[in-house]
Formats: sequence, structure tokens, C-alpha cells
Amino acid sequence: MPIVMEINIKIDNMKEFALIFRLNDVADFRPTPEQMEERMNWLASIAAQNRLVDKGNTLLPTAGSAKTVRPDNSVTDGPYTEIKEFISGYIVVRAGTIQEAVDMAKRNPIFEIGGSIEVREVLKRD
Amino acid sequence: MDNPGSYRELLPQLFRQEYAKMTAVLCRHFGLAHMEIAEDLASDAFLKASEHWAIHGVPENPVAWLYTTARNKAKDLFKRDAVFETKIKGMQESAGAEPQAEFEFTQQAISDSQLAMIFAVCDPVNAKDAQICLALQVLCGFRVEEIAGAFLTKPETIKKRLQRARTNLRNTRFNIKPLHEADVKSRLETVLKTLYLLFNEGYFSGTTDRQIRKDLCSEAMRLTFFLTECPLTDLPQTNALLALMCYQSSRLEARTAGKGTPILFDDQDRGRWDHALIQRGNHYLINATNGREVSKYHLEAGIAYWHTASTDKSKWERILQLYNELILMEYSPITALNRTFAFAKVYGHKHALPEAEKLNLPDNTYYHQLLGYLHADTDVPRAIGHYQLAMRLTKSNMEKQLLKSKIAKLTV
Repeated sequence: MPIVMEINIKIDNMKEFALIFRLNDVADFRPTPEQMEERMNWLASIAAQNRLVDKGNTLLPTAGSAKTVRPDNSVTDGPYTEIKEFISGYIVVRAGTIQEAVDMAKRNPIFEIGGSIEVREVLKRD
Repeated sequence: MDNPGSYRELLPQLFRQEYAKMTAVLCRHFGLAHMEIAEDLASDAFLKASEHWAIHGVPENPVAWLYTTARNKAKDLFKRDAVFETKIKGMQESAGAEPQAEFEFTQQAISDSQLAMIFAVCDPVNAKDAQICLALQVLCGFRVEEIAGAFLTKPETIKKRLQRARTNLRNTRFNIKPLHEADVKSRLETVLKTLYLLFNEGYFSGTTDRQIRKDLCSEAMRLTFFLTECPLTDLPQTNALLALMCYQSSRLEARTAGKGTPILFDDQDRGRWDHALIQRGNHYLINATNGREVSKYHLEAGIAYWHTASTDKSKWERILQLYNELILMEYSPITALNRTFAFAKVYGHKHALPEAEKLNLPDNTYYHQLLGYLHADTDVPRAIGHYQLAMRLTKSNMEKQLLKSKIAKLTV
């Protein structure tokens, strides 16, 4: 059975979606070992379905690692002056529909600590 | 003298063991551009053996007999070539090859030649998969069907890939020559993958012949060991691969019962594990941590380590973590299935079921074996359904037997 080939055919019909993670509290940014483990299980579960395009990156929100540049060259510390929420990281997944991508996002443990996930279809630049 | 008939059993076994080695040594003299000549000479030696041994019986040292025959055939060819080059073409020197060269089929020469050949065949002129296919065929004596099995592709695809790769190599007219440090380093990844596949074919292959399996495994280990002996290739990932091979081999004997029936991990007799090999595995795993790089082989060796090291239940948590990292590094259906099995060991069958179903590999026998296993405690009819599907999808008779007995146990 040419398993690999069949998977590739399925992949061709799929779209890519970025899952963007947001947190409310910088204190939640340093996860406990248990939280790390849950996140890892969630991410690996997506990879095990061959749906992970890019395991993404963590975006540091801490002082010295985050600045916001505004018009007139005004620079402020941190990503969050007006809104409390900040982006903590992102990944890119593969899914047939946005609903499928949303279903993947729903199982993420981030909701237990009041975070949120934005799901956005990726339009590739040529 | 042996019974003349006994060569019929011996010859295929020798072919499997010695053909690739013989070709590698001969190729070193003729150059890879003339790989076919080396292959023809080696085949001739075996053909002559089948004729000669049928009448005269098997000689005392059949391997030496084969090598002597190959050597003489090569010398004849050189002489003929030399005559051709000087008399007919009127050339001063015969190109490239040295007619006086002695063919040394010593253990050292064989290992050197095989490794040199692997690095030569893994030429970036070919795509990576094609390099590996070619190395498996030329150096490891794999049949097209076996390569297709290792790559989960059709034999016709592999055949075409091999032909193209051979043509490419011929067109670049290259020889086996000492490579630059940068070349060795850039080719090492493909070389390690080849040795990994060679080992896996031995370890997991469907063939019932235990001897063949052991030969393939020890061949892969021997070549990997040589890589750790050479400073240029003695890198963390090489050590990690060798550690993995040691751990896996330590269970080779315990994995099968008398007739080659597989014994599953949980039922294996730990007393039959080879503890000296486990120790060697530990040694290479420690060597592999000299550096910051974590390769796929590090993770797989880590998993194998926990399997052999501990009976403690917490080992499954470690194994799951390692499988999580492995699946993030590279997707493969088998890794996905193994990860879910480890998940079930940590979080229970109920939580693992939706994880398993999401893998969506309906044509894979192990997918149905896993679902059968996870349903077995709670939903017997479903478990049986999956085991029956798994039976239909496997090509291995041993596995069919195993699944049959599982179904029988559930129906009691």
C-alpha cells in the first residue's frame, strides 16, 4: 500500500491556517512543567495527524525583549500599552476547512488560563 | 566432502552476505562509473560456484573460493583490457585502473571499500532518496522489492529511480576517491539514513529467516561502528544511531520464539535480553550527548533506552515526551502510531481512542491493530472488527497468526 503517496494527495487539497496564541497575564507566560507537558501533547497530537506545517515560535513579551514602534518614531516597552492581551506565539497547521482548524485549536490548554487563539487562513506570497 | 546438493541452500545465503562486499571492493578498482562491470564480475563468480559446486561439492572454505574466483575474473578482465588499450587503441597507458592491482578481500579492505562506496554513492548529483535507494541496492544487496518496502512505494517507482541515479553517476564520470572533509560532513546525513534503513530492514522485516535478519542488523552495526572509529564521522548523531542499534539488537533474541513467532514487548523474557549490548548502547548514548545537537537518532535511542532500562510505570511518560519531540521533527505514520500507544499507556485507553482515530490511516494494518487494542477492554465487537481489518491488511503470515490468536482470546 503506498501510504505516503495517499497522504500527499490529501495534503494537496488542504489550506494552511495560522493559530495565534494570546494571553492576558505576563505571569502566565512562564508555564509550569505540567502546562508544558499539556502543550507538548497538544502540539504532538496535531503533528501525529500530519497536520503541522510549522511548529512556530514563542514570542517573548518581557521587558527588554518586546518593544512597539509607532508613528513619529515613538518607541514603547512591551507589546501591550492599550490592550491588555498580548501575543505569546503562533503555529501553522494544515486543514481542509477553517472549522477543522478551529476544532484543533479548541483542544489547546491555553483556555484553562484565560488565553485565546485566533485562527487565520494563510495567503501565501508568491 | 559435502553432499553436492547442499550448495543449493548455502549459495543464496552466501550471495546475500558476500555479493555486496565483493562488489564494493571491485568497484574501488574499476571506479563507480563502471559499477556494472563490478556487479557482473561478482555475479559471474556466483554463477561459476553454482556450476562447480553442483559437480564437485562445496569447497572447504566457500567464501574464500568465491573471492578467489572473483579476483581471477577481475585479473583476466584487466589483462584483456590492457591488450585492448595498448594494441588496438595504441594508447600508452590503460586509463585509470591499475592492471597490477591486487584484490585484497580482507576484512579491513571490505569495510573500507563499503564505507568509501557509501559515501561515493551518496553524491548530491542525485536526490537524497535516490542516493539511499542506490546505496541499499549496491552496498547492502537489497532487492528492489525490499527498497520499495522501506520507502513505502511501488517497486516500479524504485526501479526508475535507480536507473536514473545510475545514469547520473555515470555521466559525472566520478571515481571513488578520498573526499574532502566538507563532502564527508555534508554526505554523512544520507549515509546514516542508509545504515538506519538497513538495520530496520533486518529488525522489522517480514522474513521468517532469523539468520538473514541478524546478518542485516550486524552489517549495519559494523559499518556504523567504523564511522565512530573515524574522527571525521565520529559525530553525536553517529553515536546516537549506534546506541539505538545496540539497544534494539539487545532484544533481537528475545523478540522471537522458536519458530520465529514474534513475542510482543510486554511478554518478552528480560533475562534473554543481551545485557552486554545494552551496556554498549549506554556507552554510545553518552558519547552522543557531546554536543548540542539533538537528532532523530538521539530521540529514538532515548526511547529504546527507556524500554530496556526500566520496568517503572513512569517510563511511559518519558517515552511519550520523546515521541512528542520525534513527531514534531518528522512525520511518519509509524511514529504517529507509536506515539499514540505511549499516550494510551500514560493517559489510559479511553483518552487515547480519539487521539488514535484522528490519525486516520485506514490502509495501515498497525492503525487497526492499535484501535483493536484500545477497544479490547470496552467494546469487544469493535476490537474484533479492527483486528480483522488489520489481518486483511498485513502481508506477514506471522502477524496474521498473532492477530488470529488475539481475536480468539476476545471471542472466548
